Amino acid sequence: MSIRRRIAFTWLGFGAGAFVVCLFAPLIGSTSIDFSRVFDTSIPFADNTDAQIFFVARLPRVLAGAMVGAALAAAGVVFQALLRNPLATPFTLGVSAGAALGAMLALTLNLPSGIAGFSAVPIASFAGSLGAVAIVYGLARARRQGLSTNVLLLAGVTLNSFFSALILFVQFLADYTQTFRTVRWLMGDLDVSSYAPLIAAVPPLALSFAAFAVLPRSMNLLSISDESAASRGVDVHRAQRLAFLSASLATGAAVSLGGPVGFIGIVVPHLVRLLVGADHRLVLPASAFGGAAFLVACDTLSRTMLAPLEVPVGVVTAIIGGPFFLWLLIRNR
Amino acid sequence: MAADKKSIVLVVIIALFALCSRAPTAQAPAAPQRIVSLIPAVTEMLFSIGAGPRVIGVGNFDRYPPEAQTRTKVGGLIDPDIERIISLKPDLVAVYATQTDLRTQMERARIPVYLYQHSVDPDAVADITATIRSLSKRVGSERAGEELARHIDDDIASTRRRVAGKPRPKTLLVFGRDAETLRGIYASGAVGFLHGMLDAAGGANVFADVNRQSIQATTELILARAPEVIVEIGIDTASSKSRSLRAWAVLGSVPAVRTHRIYQIRGDEMMNPGPRVARAVRRMAEALHPEAFK
Repeated sequence: MSIRRRIAFTWLGFGAGAFVVCLFAPLIGSTSIDFSRVFDTSIPFADNTDAQIFFVARLPRVLAGAMVGAALAAAGVVFQALLRNPLATPFTLGVSAGAALGAMLALTLNLPSGIAGFSAVPIASFAGSLGAVAIVYGLARARRQGLSTNVLLLAGVTLNSFFSALILFVQFLADYTQTFRTVRWLMGDLDVSSYAPLIAAVPPLALSFAAFAVLPRSMNLLSISDESAASRGVDVHRAQRLAFLSASLATGAAVSLGGPVGFIGIVVPHLVRLLVGADHRLVLPASAFGGAAFLVACDTLSRTMLAPLEVPVGVVTAIIGGPFFLWLLIRNR
Repeated sequence: MAADKKSIVLVVIIALFALCSRAPTAQAPAAPQRIVSLIPAVTEMLFSIGAGPRVIGVGNFDRYPPEAQTRTKVGGLIDPDIERIISLKPDLVAVYATQTDLRTQMERARIPVYLYQHSVDPDAVADITATIRSLSKRVGSERAGEELARHIDDDIASTRRRVAGKPRPKTLLVFGRDAETLRGIYASGAVGFLHGMLDAAGGANVFADVNRQSIQATTELILARAPEVIVEIGIDTASSKSRSLRAWAVLGSVPAVRTHRIYQIRGDEMMNPGPRVARAVRRMAEALHPEAFK
């Protein structure tokens, strides 16, 4: 089969899968709703509880899950190629720790309002992630002309633990009632309850995915070695820079929307590679769709498993993702 | 013979037990003079029964009465400063029952403790006055404590009488949410003193079926439970009331939103199972049943 056809099949197959999951997820919830009422336009929307549950509670939540899942899984693929490390995740380079620190500060100081009607926590976490990216990027460039992947990795991991220490310090200083809220934020929460946070996340995600669209070919070469990529006419520095910045931007936007939901960025790409092989032209789109489907499915579990109680979605992804990843590890031996 | 030996052993054991159980009562505690309390509610109780002058150390989160803040701070629930507590040479330390490490340390230093159990009864409001009674007995201010407890019980009973027989509105009692959004909403479940306060104030908890102290109230849950009244307590003072309330507008089908029955009751007495509970109950009742307090 030609690569074009394989790409088309991948897009179709994974896209259809993600679409089906996103179509069914809003039909399930902690309460049962009457779908003939949901779409009944003769009832005013303000009085129509079923329609409000569907359009205000469930739909934005499913869309948030799809966006966060797609962004984290695709960013995972890019980081794994960039760092040439199968264990890399979107959180390896400190982006999520920076985001978490920002969110912690906003939650602890109880910052009331953000800019232009967006609330403080997502803005602060997005700013935190950008700060972390700037530091890591600056460090990795300081040593030589391009991006040193070793320095990237070391700087990222160090920054991760440094930010984690700062987070613990902020928590230590905070009131214990706030400590709980911050810990809860770290487990991820997709209950966005309006479309505004989704719209806010669209520009950075669109930018990142535009970059992801042009990356796969150079990523195929970069994941072998810088030299082989350069010898085939890839502008290595430019490709690395684009990969790092776009994946970081996607991660920052995703985390500020749904919190640092773990395991998606590592489980989904590996699962996808089992199915479609290692070609990034297939892995990247398939992972984005797969990540969307995986997170939406996990979130559906999280809101129905113990209803009316809610299991934090990060806990669900970790409980499913952890053992799955271990199995993957053994299987590949 | 064997039987004899057994009975001797038994006698010895009984004697030992008797000695052990007598030992602490032998040094029957005189009224403690140097009290440390790590619990906001207990600190408040101590000041309310006139034991304030004997309180020398308080928890980091003890903000009421203002006088309490002049005392040495000795940490909190998670991070008690054991060295500082010991250096204050207290003769009574009030600790949370869950602070097992601290308790062991105090035992080792031979410092008597008063164990505070955070109540998770459905009727946790009554437990507050029970705590006041037991605490005041322990610190030798029994009469003042009894008086305070009776006062609180009477006040709550009077509020209960005022709202008795009135229809109980389905109420969502929110004690935390992210500023100016509907994210991270935590509401009272069917146990604990928040639920007890709501019950005394004449409200029916929308989460009466959730046998927990708190529940994360997702948008879907709030829409599905359709509360007639929303009471928000423990809100930050940084954002203005109108900005803070505006967030609810998206849930137009919720009766409380439609009829504008969302009340923000500020003040830390709403979150503190201490002597001001009667006032907190009364404030909540005024929100739920304004007509009963005209």
